Amino acid sequence: MKKVNRRTWLSGAATAAVAIAQTATAKAVQVGVPIDQLWADDPTKQPGGAPPGQVGTRSPFEKLVKNPSDISSRTPLQDLHGILTPSDLHFERHHNGVPAIDPAKHELLIHGMVDKPLVVTLADLKRFPSVSHIAFLECSGNFRTGKETLSPQDICGLTSQSEWTGVSLATLFREVGVRPGASWFLAEGGDAALMTRSIPVQKGWDDAIIAYAQNGEALRPEQGYPVRLFLPGWEGNTSVKWLRRIELGDAPWQTREETSKYTEAVGDGKIRQFSFDIDARSIITFPAYPAPVQRGWIEIRGLAWSGRGTIERVEISTDAGKSWQVATLQQPVLDKAHTRFRLLWHWNGDETEIMSRAVDSTGYVQPTYRQLLDARGGNSGYHMNPITAWQIKRDGRVLHRPEIR
Amino acid sequence: MTNRTCWRAGFLLGVVGLMAGFRPTTGPPLTSSAQTHSLDTIPAPARFGFGRPATTAELTRLDIDVRPDGKGLPAGAGTAERGKAIFATKCATCHGVGGTGGLGGALVTTTMTTTGVAGKRPEKTIGNYWPYATTVFDYVRRAMPFNEPGSLTDEEVYHLTAYLLHANGIIDEKATITAQTLPTVVMPAQTLFIPDDRRGGSEIR
Repeated sequence: MKKVNRRTWLSGAATAAVAIAQTATAKAVQVGVPIDQLWADDPTKQPGGAPPGQVGTRSPFEKLVKNPSDISSRTPLQDLHGILTPSDLHFERHHNGVPAIDPAKHELLIHGMVDKPLVVTLADLKRFPSVSHIAFLECSGNFRTGKETLSPQDICGLTSQSEWTGVSLATLFREVGVRPGASWFLAEGGDAALMTRSIPVQKGWDDAIIAYAQNGEALRPEQGYPVRLFLPGWEGNTSVKWLRRIELGDAPWQTREETSKYTEAVGDGKIRQFSFDIDARSIITFPAYPAPVQRGWIEIRGLAWSGRGTIERVEISTDAGKSWQVATLQQPVLDKAHTRFRLLWHWNGDETEIMSRAVDSTGYVQPTYRQLLDARGGNSGYHMNPITAWQIKRDGRVLHRPEIR
Repeated sequence: MTNRTCWRAGFLLGVVGLMAGFRPTTGPPLTSSAQTHSLDTIPAPARFGFGRPATTAELTRLDIDVRPDGKGLPAGAGTAERGKAIFATKCATCHGVGGTGGLGGALVTTTMTTTGVAGKRPEKTIGNYWPYATTVFDYVRRAMPFNEPGSLTDEEVYHLTAYLLHANGIIDEKATITAQTLPTVVMPAQTLFIPDDRRGGSEIR
């Protein structure tokens, strides 16, 4: 290759440089490259353009976007690394839009079966001892199948993970003096749906958080700004956003969202209600549609999580479910949290299917779609967490394997 | 003993004293194991004294929820006939004429919603899926109409509740729905609901 020194560059004497290119038959040839193109592409040849700023920005080369519908928006799981979801890519599910709330005007009322009905502002909440929990949040309606061209985002993008910070609800329960006999509380949002769910009081004592921060900063409006309930491991809609009221009582309220909405048919004409816990699940996020793969070494990567505890083990099959290998769990492995798993696989180019199954700390093994249907009288609905398979085609294309009823 | 360790010992005694002196006066209904698993283990006083007492006016304005036993229902009365007219004006755009279906879903059980289209799930309606009649009042009052939530008067909500219950064949056309009668309405779907029976472990449910 012809040597081009800096003096020649600066003088503009060289009108073209020479680069090595490959032809369609993989033969290396020298081609001329106009000097202005080389100049523009070489960041070492000019001072950086962006001065220090007030907020960081994503590289313009990174096109990370959620996938919105009228009522929800999905996290691009296949484009993310590690266990934390960038806050602006956290999934959304609203029941009548995102309210614009002035935090100075927002108050949380706690009343009902308590000694001292209390009103706290956001500033008041921040004076109480603060706790943090890194945990996933998943919508119970987080399952799609039916065609090959579905990505992890399409199949189960209604799950995301953040560090949630706020006040332990137990602290506020002590503050108001929850009366013996109070067994449920109603959580009500300040959105246009006045979203309401009845929650067993025990969850409040155990690990509920009145959260005002997500990943180190104030909640995003889509995540309930300025304050939300956060219930680790429970179906997403129970973590009521834009929280404005908590009422303690001795029976559930049977709100629309816990009767006609977030309930599921389970066979024999029965409908399961108050199905709070998210069962263990996993998904391989690479290889996954739409990115193709090349033969040779591939690190199979993915996420596993359980609302009942920690991920004990993830098993991976690279032969369409005939045999299974134990994947490596990437630390940290946290309670009720997305956990990374990895397995090195040498793909020889033959067509196959790959899939993962999670085992949690209760011994629950992620089921197949068929097992779920059999257990629920053939019904599909909320809380579907089946093993998800990817077809690897000879040409390297990766396609979802649709579930068959 | 150095001054520093003296100070530490004193500090620890102080904390223990604080803990002993500030035990919650109303103990939470907890087992001891649940208490040890509590999220925030920082030693704390029984009360911080932050925030302010809620006023009666605030409670009246914000406490709008209604339970199946009727707790929370306001004064008022409604009939299907009056509700039909309100529904046509304020609800039919999204739920269809007579509540039989539209962008906002069907509310009324018909042959179509019961048997459904082949291969498609029957639509969930108030008549075939809602276990408590009080939920109709609570939800319509808090969240409907979708484009103008909270705009209906209690009287209008009673009328609409009566209309929707009658349209589903649950109450008589002439029935009056009030705070006393609504909790006594037995919904067809009430016996269908069972609590969550999933427990983790080896069973798939």
